[in-house]
Amino acid sequence: MSAPIQLRPDETFILNVGPQHPATHGVLRVKMQMDGEYIVKSETVLGYVHRMHEKMGENRTYAQFLPNLSRLDYLGALGYTHGHVLAIERAAGIEVPERAEYIRAITVELNRVASHLFWFGAFVMDLGGFSPLMYAIQDREHILDMLEAVTGARLTYCYYRFGGLYNDVDDNFIEAAKRFIPRMRKSLKKYDALVTGNIIFRKRLEGIAPVSAEMCRKYGATGPVARGSGINFDVRKNEPYSVYPEFDFDIPVYHECDSLARYRVRMDEMEQSLRIIEQGLEKLPDGPFMAEKKPKTIKLPVGDYYQAVETARGSFGIRIVSDGDKNAYRLKLRSPTYSNMHLFDEACEGMLIMDALAFMGSLDLVIPEIDR
Amino acid sequence: MILETTQQALQALFAGSVPADGAEPDTPRANGVLTRDYKTHGYHLDAQVDADQLLAAVTVLDQAEFFIESITGVDWIKEKQMEVIYDFSRYDFDACRVVIRTRIPREKPEVPSITKIYAGANWHERETHDFFGIKFAGHPHLVPLLLPEDADFHPLLKDFKA
Repeated sequence: MSAPIQLRPDETFILNVGPQHPATHGVLRVKMQMDGEYIVKSETVLGYVHRMHEKMGENRTYAQFLPNLSRLDYLGALGYTHGHVLAIERAAGIEVPERAEYIRAITVELNRVASHLFWFGAFVMDLGGFSPLMYAIQDREHILDMLEAVTGARLTYCYYRFGGLYNDVDDNFIEAAKRFIPRMRKSLKKYDALVTGNIIFRKRLEGIAPVSAEMCRKYGATGPVARGSGINFDVRKNEPYSVYPEFDFDIPVYHECDSLARYRVRMDEMEQSLRIIEQGLEKLPDGPFMAEKKPKTIKLPVGDYYQAVETARGSFGIRIVSDGDKNAYRLKLRSPTYSNMHLFDEACEGMLIMDALAFMGSLDLVIPEIDR
Repeated sequence: MILETTQQALQALFAGSVPADGAEPDTPRANGVLTRDYKTHGYHLDAQVDADQLLAAVTVLDQAEFFIESITGVDWIKEKQMEVIYDFSRYDFDACRVVIRTRIPREKPEVPSITKIYAGANWHERETHDFFGIKFAGHPHLVPLLLPEDADFHPLLKDFKA
């Protein structure tokens, strides 16, 4: 008879999560040094979907680069294209008609709801509940249909233009958006009843994976991750852009710092986005949707420009260093999940592997957006 | 409010020099602190420091509770220089974006790592090393992050040929 199989008491082993793993929602690899089911140390390995968007930004004109922005985060692409057009408009001094900015705000918020809905479904599925994903996708489908009708794409939108929009919204879109708001409000109540109070769900999240506000600051975490740690930070309020100052909405903040707090922030944010959409549709002014005075080829004055916007995942920043040419001399994309994911390695030390996977879900990762 | 105190604290690094105004400086510009027009540039303070003043400047921001946004590089091939740009911002409603930049010689690009002050600088510095070959002295693990693990090329250099 052979010797029994056993580890020495002090022995650890290396566990590979990914690159292909359902919990990573994309090709991400995490090397974990494990002591039984506990994580001793973790190291994230990135770059599996790296496409060097920043080099493409140097080789293309500003307008040609526009479609690239929606290939970063395929769940909330409009926010990213919004950042790019705002950066160019800021640097080139292009005035955008009010109607265009209102439509931008409405569509960005619709996209934010769609992104949060998909996250909600996938997150609950990570924790073992399959049916909420089906409900969430059904609601999200209404948004995608609406956006498809005006933008021509379901996910990789290229709808905004420097100085305005590609085309105006029609009455069908406005009607559909108006119908969608009460429907979504009803769904949010349903989700709350279905998921939030569930005992298994809460046991997996409550008090698990605390991320302190100080850790957020050192890593530059933004968006729902920071707001779940008691930080009242949202670019839409802190550095108002577009027509957001015109809207009456709140920033949900939770102080528990755990995975459940991050969940609650996103669920509350959907209601706030609905409020913005509702007010936007009500106030939507008539007028042109494209600036009349706009140079045919965009050339920015020599200098260094920065624009931050609040996307579904946090603060997205774009830096354009211009040498006066029609291409950028250097174009830097600051993606929010890159910073949010970075704190994972430090925060998950000493955690159970299953808790760490739930924690990863609560960070709302979109890998192409980390790798760029 | 925080803008003035941060500006003074950063200005203290350049004892004796006169604070510059917000006019567009010549490139390459002299080291010093500039206030920028937020409306056109998107940030409030723009400080260019020497590489050996970098840790002091970042410490000023850390003590004032700024969070790190990103780190990146620019290859100024004509001037035979590289630039490293650090972005910082704040969580409170006293909006103040600060840019710290430093210029280093292109043939020997090396700056001190700020990972000891901001742990979150780790990936940003690795990424900048990937793209530009800029060395961050004191970085705990300066290996490729986004590029393949055996990558010995730096694609954002202006003389990079695929």
